[in-house]
Amino acid sequence: MAQYTTHEFDVLVVGAGGAGLRAAIESAALGAKTAVVMKSLLGKAHTVMAEGGAAAALQNADDRDSWQTHFRDTMKGGKQLNFYRMAELHAKEAPDRIRELEEWGAVFDRTPNGLINQRNFGGHTYPRLAHVGDRTGLEMIRTLQDKVVHMAAEIFMEMTITHLLKNGNRIAGALAYSRVTGEFHLFKAKAIVLATGGGGKAFAITSNSWEYSGDGQALAWRSCAELLDMEFVQFHPTGMVWPLSVRGTLVTEGVRGEGGVLLNKDGRRFMFDYIPEAFRNDVAATEEEANQWVAEVAVGKRATVRRPPELLTRDVVARSIRAEVQAGRGSPHGGAFLDIASRRTAADIQRKLPSMYHQFKQLANVDITKEAMEVGPTCHYMMGGIRVEAETAMSTLPGLFAAGEVAAGLHGANRLGGNSLSDLLVFGRRAGWGRPSTRRRNPRFQPDQQEIEKAIADNLACFARKGGENPYTVHRELQDMMQDNVGIVRTESELKHALAKLDEFEKRVANLSVDGARAYNPGWNLAMDLRSMVVTSRAIAMAALERKESRGGHSRIDYPDYDKNFANVNHILSNKDGVMTLRAEPLPKVSDDLKQYVEEA
Amino acid sequence: MSRTVKMKVYRGEQNVGQFHEYDVSIDDGMVVLDVIHRIQATEAPDLACRWNCKAGKCGSCSAEVNGKPSLMCMTRMDTLPQDKIITVEPLKAFPHVRDLVTDVSWNYTVNKKIRPFKPRPKAADGTHRMYQYEVDRVQEFRKCIECYLCQNVCHALRNHGKHEEFAGPRFLARLASLEMHPLDSDDRIPFIKEGGGVGFCNITKCCTEVCPEHIHITDNAIIPLKERVADRYYDPIQMLFRVLTGNK
Repeated sequence: MAQYTTHEFDVLVVGAGGAGLRAAIESAALGAKTAVVMKSLLGKAHTVMAEGGAAAALQNADDRDSWQTHFRDTMKGGKQLNFYRMAELHAKEAPDRIRELEEWGAVFDRTPNGLINQRNFGGHTYPRLAHVGDRTGLEMIRTLQDKVVHMAAEIFMEMTITHLLKNGNRIAGALAYSRVTGEFHLFKAKAIVLATGGGGKAFAITSNSWEYSGDGQALAWRSCAELLDMEFVQFHPTGMVWPLSVRGTLVTEGVRGEGGVLLNKDGRRFMFDYIPEAFRNDVAATEEEANQWVAEVAVGKRATVRRPPELLTRDVVARSIRAEVQAGRGSPHGGAFLDIASRRTAADIQRKLPSMYHQFKQLANVDITKEAMEVGPTCHYMMGGIRVEAETAMSTLPGLFAAGEVAAGLHGANRLGGNSLSDLLVFGRRAGWGRPSTRRRNPRFQPDQQEIEKAIADNLACFARKGGENPYTVHRELQDMMQDNVGIVRTESELKHALAKLDEFEKRVANLSVDGARAYNPGWNLAMDLRSMVVTSRAIAMAALERKESRGGHSRIDYPDYDKNFANVNHILSNKDGVMTLRAEPLPKVSDDLKQYVEEA
Repeated sequence: MSRTVKMKVYRGEQNVGQFHEYDVSIDDGMVVLDVIHRIQATEAPDLACRWNCKAGKCGSCSAEVNGKPSLMCMTRMDTLPQDKIITVEPLKAFPHVRDLVTDVSWNYTVNKKIRPFKPRPKAADGTHRMYQYEVDRVQEFRKCIECYLCQNVCHALRNHGKHEEFAGPRFLARLASLEMHPLDSDDRIPFIKEGGGVGFCNITKCCTEVCPEHIHITDNAIIPLKERVADRYYDPIQMLFRVLTGNK
């Protein structure tokens, strides 16, 4: 019989980024016996990388803002594919969640009258992002971390969940292995909250770390919960492009929020050439107007003119940079120039964007107070993910919840910058509440013993197998394949090719060999993660093939425009006896009181 | 342009191990962590190291590079001497786990001993007003990415093993971020003296030197805390007052 340690909890939270920690705090506060399991050390999750800020209509920097405007911006940025109810809850609750962080010790930058300051960001009508310089995510995760350690929640660091376990059609637990010792742990739980983030590590140029292998999406799909809108992957317009070893590392949108401009190799401010019709009235028509906006916000005034086009939504800016490079007008290393040096003083730049200053200075030998940065699109975020109910964050599998990047619905076809940090807080808390039917008074379900034994055998098979492939080689090839065929622009032939390749990758991943022992063995850890990456990649490619139009984060060369046949449908991916299937479902109808804030897409 | 470098990487478990030599072909702009990853992908798939963000923001990939405690992701190969073998070894002040990974759980235990933030009540208008000039110094300490390089170089921990009595520079900086937080209403001085053991710091500033976030740990956090402790416990008038009133 396989060896493992058994733990019993009411609620098991998987992942310790903002959503996981916020869920654990809520769950523990309600008296549920709670565990948090994470792949890295506490405080290292991807939330720590978030730079720009958390969007909430606090009305501190501009009193014209309101939750309704935030709702409208979120829907417009998402090209109206969002689950409107999630966008509504998010816009309404975000301000309280931010103020709550302050109550727990977070120290946001201040307005002149002593309140939480807010900055401008792409797609947000008013300055809305509560921030701390360009290290907002660090402030958030540290605040939540220091809060959770004083709650009745048990922390399990450097542990990976490989299988969810069911009893009939009900969640019953999960199997994990400790990365440190290589030993297995069985968690029995009444409810599981997946807060595992995205799957950007399946792409070659990415801002994501090794952890982001799409575990949650794959675990959920394998357990027959539904995935939603997986075709929508956000390529952040500004990643570093040089040196090659840091290609993809994030450059915050805050640079543009503080007035940074995008230039091609001829020095042309090209974003004026790419303003979509739907946004024509939202952005400055001339450089003079854009410059006046920067001059006003730089001194903390309410803007009286329209924003620069650099602050269009991320999908638009990323495609524009790519188009400039394709047309032969790119920077020397295949990106665009992002210039803040000529727009703001060196002191301003160092105060507002300190970590960008250090990042470029140390990694690229570039002084951003004197020179322009070279930037290009990088895989950053998945709008798609596990389908959840807005109020409870429960998936279609009873007892399984999801919050944060791993869940879908809030962001539609494109996420606005700043909406993810507030998403983590709003829906992390809701997932921690759970549903009354999953609360502690209810019985715990027993996982199936055979299922446990099989899961452990699956996890160990690669050690016994001789002559199989090296996981690092397979990973590299998967990343290149996804980047080339399912990247920022897509066509039918490439997507079909990708799906055929993914059949091969599935077989290759089932035939890996791993050297060494189980204790802290990154080769083995990668072999486990690759299984998730293949499932998540397949979901992205399948949904992308089916959506024969371009919308938000999904751009098709063969269908370059919006198509009204796709304007009102979400794509649902489900598991039919181990085979991934897709169906289109009409969007929920927006309630009458909110109709006035949504537009035709 | 690529060139070949010789790397000596410590491999083994629980301090039983040795340096292994690798010849690695490297490209322009690579950092030490890239080289470790290249060794993993080609020669040693089970080479253990921690990392996450690869941009100096998460503090996971701390190691000693040529004997100097550093973040591997922010140490460019072209800043290291090119004519010598480059050594990479785990942090020395923490128990060894495997290869470049150490057991840093002691830090989490210390953090848990620090009482949580206790805000004063909100103002009548429901807000917490704080001004930027008031929060600047607290924000400096809150830049900490918990890489524990400061803990690793501190003599009190590294050479004298004062882990029971001394919280180390990281957590003195955290205590300073609470003690100087404009909203915090807890009295932290007794803990800073006893639990935090601020007296063990003899101001050699090694922590400040290795801090990748350039936090002035000694000057801005520890020395002011020492002063506050001295004011409370060693000021003769205060001492007399305590004797007379019986207060601690």
